[in-house]
Amino acid sequence: MMGFGRVEPEPNEPWFHADWERRAFGLTLAMGATRTWNLDQSRHARESLHPADYLTSSYYAIWTKALEKQVLANGLVSAEELKRGHALSAPVPVRRVLHADKVAAGFRRGGPAGRPAEVPARFALGDSVVTRTINPSGHTRLPRYARGKRGVIEAVRGVFVFPDTNAHGRGECPQWLYTVAFLGQELWGREADPSVVVSIDAWESYLEPT
Amino acid sequence: MAQDQHHHSQTHEGSELSPIELRVRALESILTEKGYVDPAAIDALVETYETKVGPRNGAKVVAKAWVDPEFRAWLLADATAAIASLGFAGRQGEHMVALENTPDVHNLVVCTLCSCYPWTVLGLPPVWYKSPPYRSRAVLDPRGVLAEFGVMLPEATRIRVWDSTAELRYLVVPMRPGGTGGWSEAALADLVTRDSMIGTGLALSPETVGVS
Repeated sequence: MMGFGRVEPEPNEPWFHADWERRAFGLTLAMGATRTWNLDQSRHARESLHPADYLTSSYYAIWTKALEKQVLANGLVSAEELKRGHALSAPVPVRRVLHADKVAAGFRRGGPAGRPAEVPARFALGDSVVTRTINPSGHTRLPRYARGKRGVIEAVRGVFVFPDTNAHGRGECPQWLYTVAFLGQELWGREADPSVVVSIDAWESYLEPT
Repeated sequence: MAQDQHHHSQTHEGSELSPIELRVRALESILTEKGYVDPAAIDALVETYETKVGPRNGAKVVAKAWVDPEFRAWLLADATAAIASLGFAGRQGEHMVALENTPDVHNLVVCTLCSCYPWTVLGLPPVWYKSPPYRSRAVLDPRGVLAEFGVMLPEATRIRVWDSTAELRYLVVPMRPGGTGGWSEAALADLVTRDSMIGTGLALSPETVGVS
């Protein structure tokens, strides 16, 4: 999409603009730590908000609305409870609850998405590829602007969890990941700045050879 | 939209909370009551990202790369390991890639799909990075975006935009400013701004920080 206007940096911007943002941030990470859902599911919950809602919501409002969707969808909280603002029924068990003393270790461990390679990579450095023209209704990490475009494999990054399946509970289905570079003019046309090259990180199933 | 229509309510103090504050409070109350979240963990998470992680980490990485050619080579070959060796490994920095700015190539990092950002070396991203103007225009008109940040690159400099669509997280290594020969790593790190590590800025020159 276009037409959003200037980038507007805020001088001396604070990490959070209000206390509710701090809580929304912490709640989202703490609920993620229950291992009820994965990060790809969280991203999908945000990105599948109604576009008008998404575009007019501040960043942590998006996180809050998505977290509401996720706790409802996973049966952890009812709509009535959200409306009333307190619990009305007994909790269902979750896999894990994050406590303060485990926060530092969890931060250091992170959530690596790399997985062992079990098949050879289909593409190699320097290969010419074209991204598939797809239009999934579900989660994908192939941006619209980069569909059906010709590029070059700039790096072979290893095997990673595949968000398109992982976001829908269909498994990690790891695939080889590549950095694919496109001329700006391939993406935007002959009148675009010829000095620009744009890359994405693309899973193997996004790509075809040319 | 039905979800937005929460009635305003009065707190004990008699002040009115905004709809989003009410929603967050409701969520935290319920999730705490149900035992899914420990509020002390939320406090610890917030404290981590307000006080313990930030761009000073990335500045140290860059400064070391400027003074130490072996570290620079390691950083460019295996950024995850090189950065971890300085103690900056962790969440949203599990798969790092360092991008070297040169007189020929200027690197710019964006996440058009959401807000992916190397938390471990830069902390949490600024609002502008996560907002539609930057997310849409960084890939479309990077030179125009850079001009809005006051970065005017020579026409001959190529611009290389990296859209972080997977779990790789990119750290730009800005060029070392002239007039800094013999400087300590600590002094050099002070020249490395957050924006210079995203690509929307350059490292500060000695004149800018008032050092002759």
